[in-house]
Amino acid sequence: MTAGGGHQVRLRVNGVTREAQVEPRATLAELLRTDLGLTGTHVGCEHGVCGVCTVVVDGRATRSCLMLAVQADGTEVTTVEGLTGVDGDLHPIQEAFAAEHGLQCGYCTPGILMALHALLAEDPGAGEDEIREVLGGQLCRCTGYQSILRSALCAAADVRAAAAEGER
Amino acid sequence: MKPASFDYAAPGSVAEAVALLDHPDRETTVLAGGQSLLPMMAMRLARPELVVDLGRIPDLAGISERDGALVFGAMTTKGAVERSELVRRRQPLLHAATRLIGHPQIRSRGTVGGSMAHADPAAEYPAVALVTDGWMRARGPRGERTIPAADFFVAALTTALAEDELLVEVGIPVLPVGTGWAFTELARRHGDFAMAGTALTVRLDPEGCFSDVRVVVFGVGSAPARVTAAEEVLRGERPGPALHRRAGDVVRDAIRNPLADIHASGDYRRHLAGVLTERGLADGVARATTRTDVS
Repeated sequence: MTAGGGHQVRLRVNGVTREAQVEPRATLAELLRTDLGLTGTHVGCEHGVCGVCTVVVDGRATRSCLMLAVQADGTEVTTVEGLTGVDGDLHPIQEAFAAEHGLQCGYCTPGILMALHALLAEDPGAGEDEIREVLGGQLCRCTGYQSILRSALCAAADVRAAAAEGER
Repeated sequence: MKPASFDYAAPGSVAEAVALLDHPDRETTVLAGGQSLLPMMAMRLARPELVVDLGRIPDLAGISERDGALVFGAMTTKGAVERSELVRRRQPLLHAATRLIGHPQIRSRGTVGGSMAHADPAAEYPAVALVTDGWMRARGPRGERTIPAADFFVAALTTALAEDELLVEVGIPVLPVGTGWAFTELARRHGDFAMAGTALTVRLDPEGCFSDVRVVVFGVGSAPARVTAAEEVLRGERPGPALHRRAGDVVRDAIRNPLADIHASGDYRRHLAGVLTERGLADGVARATTRTDVS
């Protein structure tokens, strides 16, 4: 049994082991943004509806506002900062969003990218139905859904092509 | 939108968790997947003094088949249920219901036990448990007991679990070969809570008439409910649009105090329950095979 004070957590974020002292009520989103300085993860509704805080936890798209930082102890987390290569190269999903105008104000974009990243990592063959299902959990108030969908389909094709290239 | 401060415990065993619940003077909440609890805490509708996190207890997640039922550890995620080939094959009604819960981003953490113990009136899993005669296995300071789904869901957000009892396992009987099924719901937006829904199972006799049919409505009253009056109208009769409409009317009339909120009035929810019953019956009959077809 542990009290309400600080809890030591240790997790891998974008391939790097990080540690922090957190209050029990701190969410994973707060840990990432405030303690670890990874402000690419945005926060919107803070009750699991809007999806902008979505990150990948142990391979699955997860609302970082609906997971306590203490629950993330021992997990492997990927945030939008982890999508970009070490040399600064954009991920194919990011390239597709730039090419197909998948963002306007950009506030919702990190969550959308991470939700799609989890989907395409698990199922590179994901089609429009699967993509729509995932996008259903991500709100965009610029209402650019058609261009987001187009970007996502383009990203899926690029990820598939990259996977095929890798197998060769 | 931040939860109020609380103490946190991550017990390593069910026994330890139960011991932590056994303090009547302390407001204690069990954290499973957190996809309903954390929003409630963020909005301060829930302000527990102690949160008991089940996430560090080994062997509390997993899917197996035992004595004609699929058995789910309470911490099994909905994502795991959705991906389970065993569920898809042996309990397609549960698989279909799972796909309607929130979004993949929610199903990745939301759990089977969490849904049952939270008992939201619009939740899908309680309806599945009720229509399939499922059961809940609870552990408390006085030992374990099994609670049939029919006795488990008492009212909105209220179950038969005692304050110091922990839900550890959920049993959902496999769907017998030849049984038709349907799971229908209507929500304002994809992934939202249903305004109304139905879960049905259908068995037909060799003549193609209803021999056994079970109708559950949810999202309309304070807890999912079987509508036996509608089942009686159907039993022994030949399926068809007129009969299904009559059953839908019976469902509508059977709903006494429908929920009403900003999303849907009580009358609209009753209307939906009737329409969804009709649609569900058509789907269920289409999926059922007559008894003689089954080897």
